[in-house]
Amino acid sequence: MTRRPPISLAVAATVGVAFLVLPLVGLLVKAPWSDLPSLVTSPEARTALRLSLECSFGALALALITGVPLAWLLARRDFPGKALVRALVTVPLVLPPVVGGVALLFAFGRRGIFPLHIAFTTWAAIAAEAFVAMPFLVLAVEGALTSLDQRYEDVAGTLGAGPLTTFRRVTLPLVGPGLAAGAALAWARALGEFGATITFAGNLPGSTQTLPLHVYLQLQSGHPDAAVAASVLMLAVSILVLVALRGRWRVSRS
Amino acid sequence: MTLHCAVQAVRGEFTLDVTLDAAPGEVVAVVGPNGAGKSTLLRSLAGLDACTGDISVGDMDIGGLAPHQRPVAWVPQDGALFPHLSAIDNVAFGIGGRRGRPEAARWLSLLGLKEHIHKRPRQLSGGQAQRVALARALVRRPALLLLDEPMAALDVATRTEARRTLRQHLASYGGVTLLVTHDPVDAATLASRVVALDAGRIVQDASPAHVARAPRTPWLADWMGLNAFRGRASGQAVDLDSGGRLVAADAPLDPAGEVLAVVPAHAVTLSRVQPHGSARNTWPVVVRELVATGSRVRIRCDGHPAVVAEVTADAVADLGLAEGVDAWASTKATEVTVVPL
Repeated sequence: MTRRPPISLAVAATVGVAFLVLPLVGLLVKAPWSDLPSLVTSPEARTALRLSLECSFGALALALITGVPLAWLLARRDFPGKALVRALVTVPLVLPPVVGGVALLFAFGRRGIFPLHIAFTTWAAIAAEAFVAMPFLVLAVEGALTSLDQRYEDVAGTLGAGPLTTFRRVTLPLVGPGLAAGAALAWARALGEFGATITFAGNLPGSTQTLPLHVYLQLQSGHPDAAVAASVLMLAVSILVLVALRGRWRVSRS
Repeated sequence: MTLHCAVQAVRGEFTLDVTLDAAPGEVVAVVGPNGAGKSTLLRSLAGLDACTGDISVGDMDIGGLAPHQRPVAWVPQDGALFPHLSAIDNVAFGIGGRRGRPEAARWLSLLGLKEHIHKRPRQLSGGQAQRVALARALVRRPALLLLDEPMAALDVATRTEARRTLRQHLASYGGVTLLVTHDPVDAATLASRVVALDAGRIVQDASPAHVARAPRTPWLADWMGLNAFRGRASGQAVDLDSGGRLVAADAPLDPAGEVLAVVPAHAVTLSRVQPHGSARNTWPVVVRELVATGSRVRIRCDGHPAVVAEVTADAVADLGLAEGVDAWASTKATEVTVVPL
């Protein structure tokens, strides 16, 4: 017999679920299903979608290339200022994205301290998304590495595998689930990024206007149907990519 | 190839300082209380923990090399098989991966694991996993084999079988083996030499029989409280090479096999008159030496066989035991462990 939960907790939990699900229901109910094909294939929507995919995967690549080694260092080596570095990694999690965008502007903008001349370009959109997405990846991978028995890496070493081979053939496969989860979260966060992008990269159709910006613009300029259609599109893309990522992970394990 | 090492490692309050030479083919049991530095010694030799000093194997100085450059194999407790690889890929890992599979398969069948080569570690029993770990280490033909409590994770029944396997393969292995163990039976049956550590230093370096006879520390006396007799099984009994015969409770025994009969010193009783109790093994002895270790006394006796008994100080006084006194030694058949060689 299953034990029944206390009624007060059950009620609160139900309200919580409704709060999470009802907005999605609203989106799906209000979606202009008959006009949807033409709305999501409009040139603006398609451009925004293409740009969103490019930027979010670009940001994920940036986060992977720099974040995985960072996570490894945090989990496996002691170095001066490690606690500070770990705290800094989590800053983008709590920082309002707009503030992140302003910070990026004054770091890498035209008059920034490291002027890269990328502000208001697609690179800026990628950088903004990587900035907010990176902590998800680093924290997930560091957690996976910390809970990984270090003897596997030690044994690999005594079996003639150098540090890079060990990382590739032992560490990566064993932290795979954590890495996949971190990558999925980071990518989803990058896909939905709004505040830092619009601040650092602007809202230029074709080069920095990603889907979230597109949705906002359509809503503001009196085209709610286009906004809802683009939102449904983003919902579909997110679910699709998450499912695909999961599937790929399964195949590589067998 | 000969192992020579003189290593020092500092871990906070603890300092390891060990100098050790071992000849090719030698199996050295490294024993000692928890925190004595046994695992640290092995990890230092494998290059996994930082240490200072010299380590050489043959004429090759390996002290400055990274772990993957040393001709050393390390098997930690329970084997630490890679959970994402099958048994065969675990063994082939160190010999070129996929390319090493035929050789890996050969080793696994040698160890009786032909049917299990495609299983993942979680599908293997503890004894099977231990054999895969041994194959993974030996397949690389290391000059130095480091086994860190290879049998600690096994239950008693599996342990006997695993010990036999290990003994068989260590005998044909030409390199130096260092075997950390908590089990005196391992030391007596697998090793030709016992190196005892305490607080990071070697306190005794001698044959298992010598350590059993003359332990240098109370911990060793406690731990190595064992008599080990070579002999030949005959039915329920063992005919000892040194003369005499011991009956064991556990059958069956390989009819003509060479065995080691192991009796804990505390299981040997001494009396002044011939006992008529339940003990199946009784023989006359002459007391040769008494050594007090704490409240207990280890008594070395001559006879067939010569035996070490461990009794309380009270018993020594009650029985009037002293050097040169005639006595009777007895032990129950259930106390005799027979280990096939």
